[in-house]
Amino acid sequence: MSAVEFDLRLDRRRMWGHLFVWACFLATAVAVVLLAVLLFDILRQGMGRLSVGLLSNYPSRFPDRAGIKSALFGTMWVVGFTGLISFPLGVGAAIYLEEYAPRNWLTRVIQVNIANLAGVPSIVYGVLGLAVFVRAMSLGRSVLAGAATLALLILPIVIIAAQEAIRAVPRSIRDAGLGIGATQWQTLQHLVLPIAFPGILTGMILALSRAIGETAPLIMIGALTFVAFTPNTPLDEFTVLPIQIFNWVSRPQAGFHELAAAAIIVLLIALLSMNALAIVLRNRLRKDL
Amino acid sequence: MPGATTTDITLLRGRRWRERVIRAVLLGCGLVSILTTAGIVLVLVWESFGFFREVSVWEFLTGTEWTPLFKPPHFGVLPLVAGSLLVAVGASIIALPVGLASAIYLAEYAPGRTRKILKPLLEILAGIPTVVYGYFALTFITPLFRLVFPGTGVFNAASAAIVVGIMIIPMVTSLSEDALRAVPRHLREASYGLGATKYETVTRVVVPASLSGIIASFILAISRALGETMAVTLAAGATPKLTLNPLESIQTMTAYIVQVSLGDTPFGTIEYKTIFAVGLLLFSITLAMNIASRFVLARFREVYE
Repeated sequence: MSAVEFDLRLDRRRMWGHLFVWACFLATAVAVVLLAVLLFDILRQGMGRLSVGLLSNYPSRFPDRAGIKSALFGTMWVVGFTGLISFPLGVGAAIYLEEYAPRNWLTRVIQVNIANLAGVPSIVYGVLGLAVFVRAMSLGRSVLAGAATLALLILPIVIIAAQEAIRAVPRSIRDAGLGIGATQWQTLQHLVLPIAFPGILTGMILALSRAIGETAPLIMIGALTFVAFTPNTPLDEFTVLPIQIFNWVSRPQAGFHELAAAAIIVLLIALLSMNALAIVLRNRLRKDL
Repeated sequence: MPGATTTDITLLRGRRWRERVIRAVLLGCGLVSILTTAGIVLVLVWESFGFFREVSVWEFLTGTEWTPLFKPPHFGVLPLVAGSLLVAVGASIIALPVGLASAIYLAEYAPGRTRKILKPLLEILAGIPTVVYGYFALTFITPLFRLVFPGTGVFNAASAAIVVGIMIIPMVTSLSEDALRAVPRHLREASYGLGATKYETVTRVVVPASLSGIIASFILAISRALGETMAVTLAAGATPKLTLNPLESIQTMTAYIVQVSLGDTPFGTIEYKTIFAVGLLLFSITLAMNIASRFVLARFREVYE
């Protein structure tokens, strides 16, 4: 009697199990379908506007003549300087934390603080950049002010990625270096860092791909929404792709929405190629070890 | 060879000096992150101090009207907080169940191959810039909404909440999946050994065992939703309002900060200082949530072996 009951319930229990798997699968599918819909919508709207003119024209009041030249150059300038600032700072901090830092309260504070910084909303970095770089250091609304702000924003990502790369280098490599009489820095410079380098670079590229899409902090520091020139020095004013997109999306005319979609396609291509590069580097690293 | 010895000693001394300098420089790099935090806190507190000399903290935190750019100005931040909460709650309703369910699927059920395809797709979803989500909200979701509910405004909290929800799904998924995977195998096997089905094992053993990690991921995702800026600026509008109706235009704390910095508010005025007061509030809320998530993780973690 009880055996029959048990079998009956097992059926029902299994049925619940099946329903549950399907529900979980559907949830995952929803996320993927949404990604597909989003990409499809952007391609449908923007494909018609993709042309050489889009890349070589400055923005304009007329959708047919408008392009992203200033935004494209601005993005390259800003991301380039963001890399130049955040790379040495981030890698330096990571080397310190992994190789030099004693286990004391200061090290713990630095580590916890990095984790907290990763969770600070990007717009707050914009407020910091506005007050420190634009006002206090009088850099104005320049490429340098924007790059410095974004460098602080991605610093936690760079540090954490570099720490992981350095930590992955086997202890024996360090022992070998120190054993033949090299100083700690010589060991790092000639043995540890070259091995960790691909991993560090991967993290750096991923961090820069985050910087490339950031909008809010640059609007905060006063990057302009209408710029008809390309920067020539780091102290020039600038605009970037996401700000140009923001500007076009917030206009009511459909022509500008198509332009925004086309600019989004360019931005996504840049992002995907950076990610692909990072994956290639990561795979090469795996082969070496 | 006395000469050689002297050279060796100078060489060693030089090397030691170099080591010290390098160490100091590297420590300096590490301290930049501390300086960043100190900079954020100092800037926000200092500029807000100027604001609170003219507007009382009480009026700021409990006022129900936010009209700093009109005459007479009102500086009650509640409508902005309500706007941010409306978007964050809406986003959570979408992202928390979907994110957790897909984490369970990926960690417990998905065959290796499916997982290999799905994980990078979710990473792409996580890497899409927020301004793109704003575009999607304004040109795709809002028109859909207006077909279904004709009374919906061009700017409304609902479509902002939906895209912010989509945006934070990957975060919930990836952090929750890590938590589920951290549950040791022998707990699952013990459950099977007692005759439980896979469904019962997952829902009554694995999920409860990783609850601290799951809740921590929820808190982090909500904090991310509160700090989201571009999508809500584009989709939710610029009308600070105390409302629970998601089909109306509202304004969030972040969108207000953007609105002011896009305008030509003169430096040093009370209107200009509002962005620091609102920024301080936003920073405090998100910081508290990040600390809370770490606390949940540390305090309620089930420790195995």
